[in-house]
Amino acid sequence: MALDRWPVLRQLRGEDRLGRGAAVKSERSEGLTPRTSSADEVVKSICPYCAVGCAQNVYVKDGRVVHIEGDPDSPVSRGRLCPKGSASLQLTTGEARLHKVLYRRPHGTDWEELELDRAMDMVADRVLKTRSETFEWEDGEGARLRRTLGIASLGGATLDNEENYLMKKLYTALGAIQIENQARI
Amino acid sequence: MGTSFGRGGATTFQQDLQNSDCIVIEGSNMAECHPVGFQWVMEAKARGATVIHVDPRYTRTSALADVHVPLRAGTDIAFLGGIINYVFEHEKYFREYLVSYTNATTIINDRYLDTEDLDGVFSGLDRENRTYDFHTWQYEGMEVQAASGQRDEQYQDRAGGGGTVRHAARGESHGSGGAAISGDPEHDPEMLHTRCVFQVVKRHFARYTPAVVEEICGVPQDLFLKVCEAVTSNSGRDRTTAFVYAVGWTQHTVGVQYIRTAAILQLLLGNIGRPGGGIMALRGHASIQGSTDIPTLFNLLPGYIPMPHAHEHESLDAFIEADAPDKGYWGNMRAYTVSLLKAWWGASATDENDFCFDYLPRLTGSHSTYETVLAQMDGSCKGYFIVGENPAVGSANARMQRLGMAKLDWLVVRDFSLIESATWWKDGPEIESGELRTEDIPTEVFFFPAAAHTEKNGSFTNTQRMLQWHFMAHEPEGAARSDLWFYYHLGRIIRQKLAGSADPMDRPVLDLTWDYPTEGSIEEPSAEAVLAEINGWDPEGRPLASYQQLKDDGSTSCGCWIYCGVYADGVNQAARRKPWHEQNWVANEWGWAWPANRRILYNRASADPDGKPWSERKALVWWDEEKAEWAGHDIADFSSTKPPGYRPPEGATAEDAISGTDPFVMQPDGKGWLFVPSGLTDGPLPTHYEPQDSPFRNPLYRQQRNPVRQVFKRKENRYHPDPESPGSDVFPYVVTTYRLTEHHTAGGMTRWLPYLSELQPEFFCEVSPELAAERGLEHMGWATVVTARNVIEARVMVTERMTPLTVQGRTVHQIGLPYHWGPNGYSTGDAANELVGLSLDPNVHIQEAKAFTADIRPGRRPRGPGRGALVEEYQRRAGIGEETGMAI
Repeated sequence: MALDRWPVLRQLRGEDRLGRGAAVKSERSEGLTPRTSSADEVVKSICPYCAVGCAQNVYVKDGRVVHIEGDPDSPVSRGRLCPKGSASLQLTTGEARLHKVLYRRPHGTDWEELELDRAMDMVADRVLKTRSETFEWEDGEGARLRRTLGIASLGGATLDNEENYLMKKLYTALGAIQIENQARI
Repeated sequence: MGTSFGRGGATTFQQDLQNSDCIVIEGSNMAECHPVGFQWVMEAKARGATVIHVDPRYTRTSALADVHVPLRAGTDIAFLGGIINYVFEHEKYFREYLVSYTNATTIINDRYLDTEDLDGVFSGLDRENRTYDFHTWQYEGMEVQAASGQRDEQYQDRAGGGGTVRHAARGESHGSGGAAISGDPEHDPEMLHTRCVFQVVKRHFARYTPAVVEEICGVPQDLFLKVCEAVTSNSGRDRTTAFVYAVGWTQHTVGVQYIRTAAILQLLLGNIGRPGGGIMALRGHASIQGSTDIPTLFNLLPGYIPMPHAHEHESLDAFIEADAPDKGYWGNMRAYTVSLLKAWWGASATDENDFCFDYLPRLTGSHSTYETVLAQMDGSCKGYFIVGENPAVGSANARMQRLGMAKLDWLVVRDFSLIESATWWKDGPEIESGELRTEDIPTEVFFFPAAAHTEKNGSFTNTQRMLQWHFMAHEPEGAARSDLWFYYHLGRIIRQKLAGSADPMDRPVLDLTWDYPTEGSIEEPSAEAVLAEINGWDPEGRPLASYQQLKDDGSTSCGCWIYCGVYADGVNQAARRKPWHEQNWVANEWGWAWPANRRILYNRASADPDGKPWSERKALVWWDEEKAEWAGHDIADFSSTKPPGYRPPEGATAEDAISGTDPFVMQPDGKGWLFVPSGLTDGPLPTHYEPQDSPFRNPLYRQQRNPVRQVFKRKENRYHPDPESPGSDVFPYVVTTYRLTEHHTAGGMTRWLPYLSELQPEFFCEVSPELAAERGLEHMGWATVVTARNVIEARVMVTERMTPLTVQGRTVHQIGLPYHWGPNGYSTGDAANELVGLSLDPNVHIQEAKAFTADIRPGRRPRGPGRGALVEEYQRRAGIGEETGMAI
């Protein structure tokens, strides 16, 4: 390395006397660009954690999310994100996420892998079977029930409105009423 | 809030906190749990506002507040009731607001008896069934139907004879009454009548003096009076105070009444519907407001239409007649309900078949998540979907949750990673202790990987009722799918399997409108098409612009009437992104808020009865005489052209019955309710009751606890002995649970992230140096925390942030437990919810996780069978049996 590239010399000789900018840049750091600048597309999103509703800019390159930042245009968050929102790149692209359907058979001691279509079909069968076995038309005194107490569901507060809507609609048509979410908790 | 104001949503929006002159944060640690929203509190502070934090713990919120008030967990009604008493005693109420906008002048019937008369209970208590008959709480000369809350209460009275609720759980049952339905209430505008609401409320809170507040809450009188002075001097024509709360208020056996107390105070001070005022409910999940609006809740249909209860021969008309008030916007409930039935059953829903009203399944009492767990343990509930939630560690009495799951035939878990609710059969605490053996558990378990928010289109409704659209960045990988995909395709497959069936059981499924367009390689259903259905269509199939267009004749359809307008003009209004610096501070052009894109609810109250702002400084909406319409910074939460001078003609119904001076348009009388004549199961006014597990007697009344709280006699769910009875000293400490910035609820979205796990690597408990000395606890060492339900271990953090308080002459120590943990993921620990018993608020069935008692001792908890043995030993020492804590 040439002596005149030595940061201390550059700091003393150049304009960056505090060593916070140009003086401390190496050739490597000088060549770095933010992931946001090379993204193909910025997708508008909302943080999925708490209900403050901070807006996010999702940076996409080659069909993959490469960075997530706060959206400065939001009247609620004005570009800020908390530690959880800032970690949402890891939430969405991290290695802890699973991408396979797993199945544990009755009394089984471990998981088995299952194809998605097969699993969907199995769940549909179980819903129909349980519904038939537990369906109630009337109570003991003639009041209409038209329902099943055999099937329950928990969750919704982390989901989209459209998802909650389809859930409630389908469950209600099936006669399932024990439909709950974290608003109760 | 629903019963006080008419709608169960935050009355204001986060940015409006910047306009407050005083902000009281109570039951919330906003700086840590909603840090980005907290910037608006800091804006207010920078403008000179006083910020007060009332909380058992000293947190970052306290550090940034002007005043921190440590209080004993579970005593907020006494604290707020004390402020109410101060307001009456020093005549600090906003008289003109009170007279015009609240039910302060309304006369209550002479059969009403208060907790002051009956030593802690209200008239109408049925001790045997642990329920109240609300009939004696009514207005003189009239019966009113609530706009929210328990509306089936009056089925018998309103729908006439013949219908009875069978097997009804407490809360939804009703008396045999038969009182008149119509009529106008009597008023005393001078508020001097001994039975007018003003005087009733004043008497009710008269004993909540500063000395009583000190005795119950452990708050010194001078500190309490400082809060009273700050709140009252910052309320009135020219100044406003806001209250901010979170689950620190809801998770109690009297949680609804906590919020009611704040509502009464804010109405007395004239702080509702005005800039810088209101009650800000801070919710913890991205769309928890949305999942209540479009409810995945047992007792509601979309838009807060109640689910029907089982009655003989019930028709749509009987349902509407029983549940809908005649006056206020709920007077149009038939239009909302018929439009919903049309959205769900389309052409099959006709006038002749009651628009398929009969397709709706019926309730018989409470079917909340906790009753469901009991049904699972008893074997009657056999199949369970868990969707983005983690009850195995995140729900109260976590062990019961797992024991319930171990009895299921099948379980479907949809999440990002293998959360505890998916793996309890393999490595849960009961497997470790030997209580259950994997090979013995019959439950079939399916784990489906979920799509992230970046992998799907859709809307979240945030804490201020605002819908914001998020766009798909790319399709999910592998078998990961959105819940929209899962439920759409599950429904499609089920309908395929049932095709051609003649079984009447299958009709509702086969007649369902279920033809959503799909997109992309994975056939993702179009979220925008679903949003369009939620918004609804007019008879020509054009998107509706407002719920005022909805008809009760089947010509309109609408999946959720309060969301009608979100797709006005065929435009996704929730996706609007006009930057904040290009519009006024209300920012109505960013996203879309229900109702009708109004950002401050009941904002008619920001103007005086004549329609002029109470003051220039607090102007929000006003009557524009020239244009003959309401104008202002926000959209008026009122008929846009109804003048202040409008008076309803004789016999008017629905919104026409609301006068030009009534801001609470959902309420049948258009008023904010200081006193709630119907809609609440546990009384028309809030009363201080001790938590289910408490080390102290209730000094106000002989009645110790909320008499109609929900309790369960189960061996897995034992309660602690009454205070001052034998064994009560076995669990001497008060426990409260809470959240941290770096983790989210039960950890499913944070404990698997390396960054966040590094920031908060394991479970801990917070104790004061005094408690540490008393029990020999060492900072960074281990502690074992025990209740009659279970035992857990935690790292010890000794900190002065936990303040010992003096209550009834005794020192009380409080223990803080963050509740994010479980054994899976990178950041691990025991679940605080193992300790929490099921004792619930009777209105909303929420558990009391924010105030209970426990013992704490140094060292780690036992492994294997020793774990259960230790709990049993504690139960024996305390003399706990099935009747312990069950007294009414």
